[in-house]
Amino acid sequence: MAQMNMLQAINDALAIAMKSDDKMLVFGEDVGHFGGVFRATSGLKEQFGSDRCFNTPLTEQGIAGFANGLAANGHTPVAEIQFADYIFPAFDQIVNESAKFRYRSGNEFNVGGLTFRSPYGGGIAGGHYHSQSPEAYFTQTPGLKVVIPRNPEQAKGLLLASIRDKNPVIFFEPKRLYRASVGEVPEGDYQHELGKADVVQKGTDITVLAWGAQMEIVENAAERAAKDGISCEIIDLRCLSPWDVETVAASVKKTGRLLINHEAPLTGGFAGEIAATIQQECFLHLESPISRVCGLDTPYPLIHEKEYMPDALKTYEAIKATMDY
Amino acid sequence: MSNATLNNEIVHSVNFLDKESLTIPMLKVMKADGTVYQDAVLPNIDETLAKRIYDTCVFTRVLDERMLGAQRQGRISFYMTCTGEEAAVIGSAAALDDKDVILAQYREHAALRYRGFTTEQFMNQMFSNEKDLGKGRQMPIHYGSADLCYHTVSSPLGTQIPQATGVGYSLKMNGQKNVAVCYFGEGAASEGDFHAGMNMAATLKSPTIFFCRNNGYAISTPAEEQFKGNGIASRGVGYGMHTIRVDGNDMLAVFAATQAARDFALENNAPVLIEAMSYRLGAHSSSDDPSGYRTKEEEDAWRDQDPVLRFKNWMLHKGWLTEAQDAEMYKQYREEVLAQVKVSEKIDVPALDEIIEDVYDTPTPALKKQLDELKTHIRKYPESYPKSSGRI
Repeated sequence: MAQMNMLQAINDALAIAMKSDDKMLVFGEDVGHFGGVFRATSGLKEQFGSDRCFNTPLTEQGIAGFANGLAANGHTPVAEIQFADYIFPAFDQIVNESAKFRYRSGNEFNVGGLTFRSPYGGGIAGGHYHSQSPEAYFTQTPGLKVVIPRNPEQAKGLLLASIRDKNPVIFFEPKRLYRASVGEVPEGDYQHELGKADVVQKGTDITVLAWGAQMEIVENAAERAAKDGISCEIIDLRCLSPWDVETVAASVKKTGRLLINHEAPLTGGFAGEIAATIQQECFLHLESPISRVCGLDTPYPLIHEKEYMPDALKTYEAIKATMDY
Repeated sequence: MSNATLNNEIVHSVNFLDKESLTIPMLKVMKADGTVYQDAVLPNIDETLAKRIYDTCVFTRVLDERMLGAQRQGRISFYMTCTGEEAAVIGSAAALDDKDVILAQYREHAALRYRGFTTEQFMNQMFSNEKDLGKGRQMPIHYGSADLCYHTVSSPLGTQIPQATGVGYSLKMNGQKNVAVCYFGEGAASEGDFHAGMNMAATLKSPTIFFCRNNGYAISTPAEEQFKGNGIASRGVGYGMHTIRVDGNDMLAVFAATQAARDFALENNAPVLIEAMSYRLGAHSSSDDPSGYRTKEEEDAWRDQDPVLRFKNWMLHKGWLTEAQDAEMYKQYREEVLAQVKVSEKIDVPALDEIIEDVYDTPTPALKKQLDELKTHIRKYPESYPKSSGRI
């Protein structure tokens, strides 16, 4: 296995997918020769030609609409939205068009081959237009899958599965891990199943649930808690829509406690959906209220980023509070 | 050509350009009485093709008249007519290959009919019955057919414009000698999607025909309150796109322009914009009353330009149609449409199970659970859900 950072793993996945599917196209702002502002698409234009990997004009709604048309006509577009903060001009094309193409046409047409890739999340001193986590806007839209990886090995396997999934997928990449997260990545082609959570650490006292860049935060918090004798079961949800109720519920039935951590603001965040469902599935097993450690209900701040973030220390405190309830 | 090499004339005093700087001619072949201009270059339309075009005109007029009536009677919930714009829609559709992919807005059912969508298929969609290709999921008039390469209509305005750019690019990548064709009104040209889609088509070299039906109104808002430039055509030029303005009530002119646009798009892998100047003779939709925002005199002036009557006169001049044949066509279609209304409105609604189909390629566990819970509830209160309770 090779050591790769997350960008290299994503680049590797894109190259493998393009090799195995000559209908696949990769495009977006600065995606062609320059390889994307984060360089995730480096070398693809040289390898596969400028008809298959290219720059688009600066228009997110155009990129999304164009991708819908390509996918509806049988291509496999992988469209990059340069920052998840800038996905909103494309919101109508994604939630009204991509998501509903199959349903509204009675499957006369669908955009099953479509994947949107977009860097999301904070921790990079980016302020609110380079740090947001907009996943909950999309999880409320039937017809979309929403996938978020936690490390390079996961990014490659989940991205390959997303590209080959028969549904439109939004693949949010934790940008603060792009270069920071380095690990062993299998060579060659492999996929992680979408819709399945990953139990990354077994435990008995409390289930700690997160996804993407927050996984390393909750792992850090669990380490601190372990020193207090608290055994955390850590789950990476990986796919938010559809999400793996079964795995999370089974874990909570065992531990009796649940903490959910995400970067996006608390109110209306996806943790609320999880909490409501698990409360219904596991009511008689719960030893304490389900805890949410999330971003504040403010726009993502610049200078107070550390204070805003649902960091390891806040998570550790919430684990203890839940145990002591 | 990069910006640096643009061929600029240098001047030394301030001299603004305005919309008058760009003169845009309008192609006209036929006069209002159906005779052709002396110097007009006629497109090659033989008797068979002309009859197919006229047949589509008559069907569309009858469908629009009858279904608007059906909406007034409460038999369907909503309707939109093509009335006044038949030449723009049918003239262009007739110039296409059957495998050219059409992305329509919502007023172009005549193009779908031209391709062979049957009266039964139209009616099944409007009555949302179990034979509707769209499985009863959208309001009446949201037709679509994969067999006929006609994308299912989506309500949000302008969304199909960048999609058409993608379809065109896909056709080019497939090596297929076909174009994407995108219909929209001048109202939709105000949406961001219009700019996005046109600019992407030009820069990415997508063989796509953007067909703007400039029909004068966006619901109640007249064109002069919608834009200040030289119509929509001037924007095509701005995007570096081959552009033509055509009399949208002139079947022969629309056909000629679309045929030339198609040839150009395929030969050059490039988009073309056609602006067809027409007038929406009917209301925006069955929920709208144009008498509240425009005069009868204005409408009457446009009735004199009636595109179907003009083409009929041309057919009469050619000896390819008689008044008796014309009357017989209307009579037969009226009977056919009414008979089909009576059949389609009695067909069952789609099965309840289909409510969770096509959200994803296969229903998720959550969807299956929700359907089970719904069925349990309906079994308890069957009289409250009469459309479904007898069939679950």
